[in-house]
Amino acid sequence: MSVVTQTSPAAAQDAAPEREWRPPSYWPFVIPALVVVLAVIIFPWLFTIWMSLNEWKVGSPTTFVGLANYLRLPNDPRFVEAVGHTLSYTVLSVVLPLILGTLSAVVFHQKFAARGFLRGVFIMPMMATPVAIALVWTMMFHPQLGVLNYLLSLVGIPPQLWVFNPNTVIPSLVLVETWQWTPLVMLIVLGGLAAIPTEPYESAQIDGATFWQMFRFITLPLIMPFLFIAGMIRMIDAVKSFDIIFAITQGGPGSASETINVYLYSVAFVYYDLGYGSAIAVVFFLLIVALAALMLYARKRMLWTEIASGA
Amino acid sequence: MTPGLINPRQILSQIGLWLSVLVIVSPAILFFLWMASLSLKFEVDNAAYPPVLIPENIAWKNYADVLASNRFLTYFTNSLVVTGAATLLAMIVGVPAGYGIARMAAHKSAIVILIARITPGLSYLIPLFLLFQWLGLLGTLVPQIIIHLVVTVPIVIWIMIGYFETTPLELEEAALIDGATRWQVFRHVALPIAKPGLAVAFILAVIFSWNNFVFGIVLAGRETRTLPVAVYNMISFDQLSWGPLAAAALIVTAPVLLLTVMAQRQIVAGLTAGAVKGG
Repeated sequence: MSVVTQTSPAAAQDAAPEREWRPPSYWPFVIPALVVVLAVIIFPWLFTIWMSLNEWKVGSPTTFVGLANYLRLPNDPRFVEAVGHTLSYTVLSVVLPLILGTLSAVVFHQKFAARGFLRGVFIMPMMATPVAIALVWTMMFHPQLGVLNYLLSLVGIPPQLWVFNPNTVIPSLVLVETWQWTPLVMLIVLGGLAAIPTEPYESAQIDGATFWQMFRFITLPLIMPFLFIAGMIRMIDAVKSFDIIFAITQGGPGSASETINVYLYSVAFVYYDLGYGSAIAVVFFLLIVALAALMLYARKRMLWTEIASGA
Repeated sequence: MTPGLINPRQILSQIGLWLSVLVIVSPAILFFLWMASLSLKFEVDNAAYPPVLIPENIAWKNYADVLASNRFLTYFTNSLVVTGAATLLAMIVGVPAGYGIARMAAHKSAIVILIARITPGLSYLIPLFLLFQWLGLLGTLVPQIIIHLVVTVPIVIWIMIGYFETTPLELEEAALIDGATRWQVFRHVALPIAKPGLAVAFILAVIFSWNNFVFGIVLAGRETRTLPVAVYNMISFDQLSWGPLAAAALIVTAPVLLLTVMAQRQIVAGLTAGAVKGG
């Protein structure tokens, strides 16, 4: 997260208590929000943890069962499968938008007419209502009447079953996710490109560097931190992806596209097994935190190898 | 680009640039064009092979049908009430909080917002669903308004922290020395300067609340559906043809798309500042 430079926090804390208008009387500004955050974010979290330790089904009495709900998880084939689906979906939905978003950012970094307007058009997929988008994609994926198979036939590719085939459902959903979220990567990388000074390019041009060389050896290293932030945000969103998957396939066909989030929905609000659902929610959250930590670790390692190789 | 100075290399790179712009913008443009096309075609044209982009007979009737159904008006009002209330409450609560956090330099508090950003929306639903059930609120719009705060409050706080950190302190300090209270300083000095930030926070909160789907499918009853939930139910239950379905989808998302193109500058600023997204 990019935290803007702070206004000397040390000075605020170390200020002598004699100066009477200095002590932080800003609390009243924060208290209403604190109450809301406690009520809708902190309380649900604590309550979820408590519920995960109970056998808690709607309509039957609850009993404390300790970690039993958590111990169910590794032996639940649907959950294990859902973890696999989530990971493959996430990897694809991070890598593809990252590549396409970076390329788009390089284009949007150039000067051309109506750039602001076109940037607005470009980010429409990520702002549009996901369910509305999902509905149109469902029509486009239709094996007989869908426009995608028609487009494939124009270039001589046989018709596909898209989301109706267990083998192609995840790549098809990733196609939607990529279409939807490439703009966010583009915006973040564009911010990075704007911060690069022009001097390195000028001297590289004098040395006769090609466009690709300049991209590889000047642009890419300098936008790495931004790519990393974009990758992190993309990872968090892709793991949690729900609207698109649920509205297009509901986890089907069978359970071929059932991710953890979709399975969590079924457990909690179709089977009303709230205790087990809470355990899934907790583990799911920890998984997201673990993935984020892993990325941070990888980033550190990467920095070290960069230093070691003198880049 | 000066006329008379014709440099073939420059022209070539201009053509290349425009081609690349066309390539990267076309997935968005073609998709929404196709969406509009689907919504304006009769059943015959939507089932035609090869597909038709612009039909001979335009089916305005699809839109009339959607708008004429009295349920649609209910759902539209629901969406308006939920998004309006959740955004207003978030602004009332979140703008002063953003100010306080920025002035106290309480950066640790951002962790709570980070947690809210990472947590899947469904995990809030399980405990809050039970709570609303106990309180007997499930038939009303109140649960949805409250749970949408999960989306809107962090967005507003996050953007306002960032914004107030960049506004100058000198004026505020001068006003404090002149004997103004902190509230007066906030109300009359800080807030007027922060208007662009308020706009960004407001627009993003509205969009992400309007688009929210997951809270509605659990908490909404037949009478309390918001538009995204209503559209989803159209796919799964009603045996409707594609035309009216696409028209409904376009009506639901049209306000957001208009806002995106009109306020793209604010949206881009807000998204790159915090890269926030709800749910």
